[in-house]
Amino acid sequence: MSRLTDSNVLLAHEIIRRYPRSKSALIPLLHLSQEQNGYVTNDAMRHIAELLDITPAEVIGTATFYEMFKFEPVGTYVINVCQTLSCALMGADELMHHAEDVLGVKAGSTTADGMFTLEPAECQAACTEAPCLQVNYRHQYRVTTAEFDELVDGLRSGRLADEIPPHGTLGRNRQNLPADRTVGAVPPEDVTEAPDWIPVAGDAS
Amino acid sequence: MTAQGSYAWTPGYFYDWESTEIFTGRFPYEDSYTLDRYLETGGYEGLKRALEIGPEAMSGEVKDSTLLGRGGAGFPAGVKWGFTPQGVWPRYLVVNGDESEPGTYKDRLLMERDPHQLIEGCLIACYAAGLSQCFLYVRGEMALAHERIAGALDEAYAAGYVGTDILGTDFSVDIILHWGAGAYVVGEETALIESLEGERGMPRLKPPYFPAAIGLYGQPTIVNNVETLANLPYIAANGSAAYTAIGTETSPGTRMIAVSGHVKRPGVYEIVNGSTTFRDLIYGDDFAQGIRDDNDLKAFVPGGGSAPWFLPDQLDIPFEGKEASAAGSMLGSGAVMVMDSTTDIPEAALTLVRFYAHESCGKCVPCREGGTWLLRIVERICSGHGTTADLDQILEVGQSICPGDMPHASSERLGLEAVPFPYKMTTICFVGPSAYAPIHSALTLFRDEFEAKVSPSPKRVRIPVAVA
Repeated sequence: MSRLTDSNVLLAHEIIRRYPRSKSALIPLLHLSQEQNGYVTNDAMRHIAELLDITPAEVIGTATFYEMFKFEPVGTYVINVCQTLSCALMGADELMHHAEDVLGVKAGSTTADGMFTLEPAECQAACTEAPCLQVNYRHQYRVTTAEFDELVDGLRSGRLADEIPPHGTLGRNRQNLPADRTVGAVPPEDVTEAPDWIPVAGDAS
Repeated sequence: MTAQGSYAWTPGYFYDWESTEIFTGRFPYEDSYTLDRYLETGGYEGLKRALEIGPEAMSGEVKDSTLLGRGGAGFPAGVKWGFTPQGVWPRYLVVNGDESEPGTYKDRLLMERDPHQLIEGCLIACYAAGLSQCFLYVRGEMALAHERIAGALDEAYAAGYVGTDILGTDFSVDIILHWGAGAYVVGEETALIESLEGERGMPRLKPPYFPAAIGLYGQPTIVNNVETLANLPYIAANGSAAYTAIGTETSPGTRMIAVSGHVKRPGVYEIVNGSTTFRDLIYGDDFAQGIRDDNDLKAFVPGGGSAPWFLPDQLDIPFEGKEASAAGSMLGSGAVMVMDSTTDIPEAALTLVRFYAHESCGKCVPCREGGTWLLRIVERICSGHGTTADLDQILEVGQSICPGDMPHASSERLGLEAVPFPYKMTTICFVGPSAYAPIHSALTLFRDEFEAKVSPSPKRVRIPVAVA
């Protein structure tokens, strides 16, 4: 069940073709499986290993390095509250304590209804809009405690469903490479000459 | 609170002296990320001129512009391109959009608000340096940037700006949007390449793995930061002379600086490089407009979380690499974090130590162990369980990450002379030293605040040893 679906396998092959070496597609495929299941399942990792012709150990080896990949179910909405300097200076601690009170869970855990996972996070690149948080990696700026309550209400009631897709969906769109305009990836060992637009005698550098 | 997409800033929020707006000029437009708006505002003119003058002349322009890399190290981009070995093909372009340095957020804005400018910059770089494929590595946590770039790439492919036979010439290149997955260390160029190859994002040893010689798939690879590439359309369209006319000789052009923390108007500002001072930026009417509640300034981080801290003594230093180094810190990635007189310095330093300890990839022992040690010690101090011996222990652990003199700012109050940047390091990349630099600055410049939190160490008891 948690292997990639047929349509995602087609997409996976399309993604693999973008890279000169197939293993480069590993992180994008892990994202794809997380989009499908909400987290990265063992079956999905085995399936990705088959698709890339590498071992499952190599897949889990890479996957566990990266914080965004979850290996057990998380809430539909993962709320990351930034804790680094600029946000800390502007009240990140209070915001985190408030979030724990409102959701009734400690940072790092998921609510009983499976709606929310609350996590402390490191710098989210919105330092001038502190304190900030992300819901499924979508920023919310200068969040007051009242606004946090409003946000949670909006997510619970489904009012923000269009704006914030469920956990795992990175972008609501993805890059499409048009077949008639794509150069295509070539393994590096198959290229020996300078590209067409570089004058033959000289060297661009 | 402002939802993502509709921004807190409005036209005029950025520095609006028109002649200095090189690459943030489109930000105020609601539709700044669309191809229509881009073309209406001079978009892809730089690419057209590059195609006219040819690859060699174009890379000459970049070299002449002395455009400095904006990722943190500040190395001239044109010189970096020149390090690729002659006659070795294929070569790749890897765009470093894994921005995660604490305090920094310029690349995210450039990717969200003006993705076409970045795409044009990539195309110019590929054309000039003969790079046959471009990978745009964007930090995974930036969902909107992914959406905007994916949309912009689709538009650019459809309109013939990217892909085969660009604008009817024999220049053909693919730009592939690649998703990161959350790891600060991947911002280091060799770790970025490892990650792009599908591996754990750990840095490679230099030498031999200088990306320009042995990079992606072992091929010559140019790794440039998003902001660096976003400067190229302007340089290509207007020529290097127009670019070097702005800023100073050693630091030409403009750069984006995020001012955050205890200021009245935090924001990301495009400033004139080299001449603008920290005082202009923190107190200037065009910029952050001073400290909140008119409090006194206590300290500030001049160049992202990794940088040693500055005091009010250093306010008149300009954004010029050499001057900042001489004063004991670095300009880094363009992030100023301001702390006012109410700030608890040990607590503030703790957030940065926690960040770097958390983000250590574990490859080098001094960083993996040292970062964790530093975190435990500073946590102990902040929770009231520290002793005076802990303060010396911080410096001792630091010595194993950065042996010798550690750079710090001068202080009139303490009668301290500056120790110039850079430091020596025992690790492959800068994550380890970055864990130590902020706590070293905090402890050196505000030792009294640490001492107020600790109790005296218990006296050592000499245990008599029985001699047979």
